[in-house]
Amino acid sequence: MAPMRPVDVAAQTEPSTPQSRETVFDIQGLKASYGSNVAVKGVDLEIYRNLVTAVIGPSGCGKSTFIRCLNRMNDEVPGFRQEGKILYHGIDLYGDGVDQIEVRRRIGMVFQRPNPFPKTIYDNVAWAPRILGLKKDLDERVEKALKGAALWDEVKDRLKKSALALSGGQQQRLCIARAIAIEPEVLLLDEPASALDPIATASIEELMHDLKTDYTLVIVTHNMQQAARVADRTAFFSLDVDESGQGAGVLVEYDETGKLFTAPSDKRTEDYVTGRFG
Amino acid sequence: MAAVEQALTIDLRAGARARRRRLVNRIAEAIAILAAAVAVAMLVWVVWSVAERGASLISWSFLTGDLPIPFSPEVGGIGPLIVGSAIVVGIATAIALPVGVLIALFLEEFASNWLRVPIQLAIDLMTGLPSIIIAIFVFSALVYGHAENGVAGSLGLAIVMIPLITRATQEVLRLVPSDQREGALALGASRWRTVVGVILPASLGGILTGTVLAVARAVGETAPLLFATGIFGRTLQLNPTKAMPNMPVQIFIWSESPDPLDHRRAWATALVLMTLVLVMSLVARIALNWSRRNTTR
Repeated sequence: MAPMRPVDVAAQTEPSTPQSRETVFDIQGLKASYGSNVAVKGVDLEIYRNLVTAVIGPSGCGKSTFIRCLNRMNDEVPGFRQEGKILYHGIDLYGDGVDQIEVRRRIGMVFQRPNPFPKTIYDNVAWAPRILGLKKDLDERVEKALKGAALWDEVKDRLKKSALALSGGQQQRLCIARAIAIEPEVLLLDEPASALDPIATASIEELMHDLKTDYTLVIVTHNMQQAARVADRTAFFSLDVDESGQGAGVLVEYDETGKLFTAPSDKRTEDYVTGRFG
Repeated sequence: MAAVEQALTIDLRAGARARRRRLVNRIAEAIAILAAAVAVAMLVWVVWSVAERGASLISWSFLTGDLPIPFSPEVGGIGPLIVGSAIVVGIATAIALPVGVLIALFLEEFASNWLRVPIQLAIDLMTGLPSIIIAIFVFSALVYGHAENGVAGSLGLAIVMIPLITRATQEVLRLVPSDQREGALALGASRWRTVVGVILPASLGGILTGTVLAVARAVGETAPLLFATGIFGRTLQLNPTKAMPNMPVQIFIWSESPDPLDHRRAWATALVLMTLVLVMSLVARIALNWSRRNTTR
């Protein structure tokens, strides 16, 4: 079967969700830089509850920088600076007195490369609940998280075995289980399937459909088909090069996925989704 | 047609230039092998000469018995030396292991750049500190005006061990992939929790190996013990606040003695000490390989 064009895939997905939605993130004039390099600037968008929001765009357009701003993971990077506002339920994430640990506890993240800890499968999932003091009914919590990540049936007989013996796709689902074990509200996924084979990718995508009933998902992907398949709304980022030759990522267009792929309002989006550039 | 003819005239045998290159290559290789062989030969020579001279005295009673009375024809034993060395080095390890590991954690996980550079420099300089200087320092700070005691010797050995353990720990911490740190931080773990829960367990094997190698180094250090715990009794001493009998200092004392039997005792003690060090180094290396296999799988 020939691969479907993103346009066709998007046309098949159901038109999304009611009009009145709860805003989880309200991002206003975000600019993020490392030292003197501006990674992304001028980002204004709202991310809604219980939807999958995809961030697409060519390499170097600041997709990852953007998503890592949402749970303050960039704080770990030396030289990182952000301007503008990211409001999480109306609270400024970078405001005074906001604790990054508390932020990350509510806004979980799954990375590009599966990064299970060199511990048992059980301990990978149980580690964060333990340190956060959620020790009551730990076995049930671990089982629920593994079921939520569609991994339970594959690992229930070897919970005490090393997580490093799992396949790449299983490891990534374990990382998702690990993230949802502490019941965050938001799950950020930074190219979660880019290191996986097509079958493992399909299972992750399927999982995202199930997860959005309980979580708000934001996924960065360089794979347009994937965005078209899983996302309710899609943000297209591109690289904007100014007169001095300095490039910076900018948000070009943000809309319902179907509309963004079939009737983009910006020429750059159209060029990208039709494969003329990128 | 021209192409075919040219193909037939290709010559794959070495030309003059290629032959010269091959010769230079062989000479360089031979010199390198020779240098490696010299190193191995030196070790074999040292081990052999110690074993040859020391082996004849080794017996169970020599390993467990009390030290001989000076100029006695009885061979006696080195039991108190072995026990004393073990206690002094044990206390030194109990001091140096936590301090060394904490310094490494601070440097690798917490320190900002302007703090890391001077502290790293201090640690590197400490590695090169001559042990006789450590000995004089410990003597003036802890022994002068008091009695000699094992703890002072332990402290001197700890000063030798700390930079070794710090360096070894830093190296294994750097091997922990950064995505492990990110994974833990993204779960709402604090930095310290991340270090204790994820990074330290992943590097435990390497830290233990570095520690065993530091112990192997310390157990043979003579200078730091010379002024701190160099005058001791003939019998078992289990109290480290008193001067502790120990192997390196006694080897030194016996070597200086005019009694030929003392020279043989020194060789035999040296053989025991050397065997301990070699076995410890080997065990540490095997343990490291084993733990690497465990963490990568």
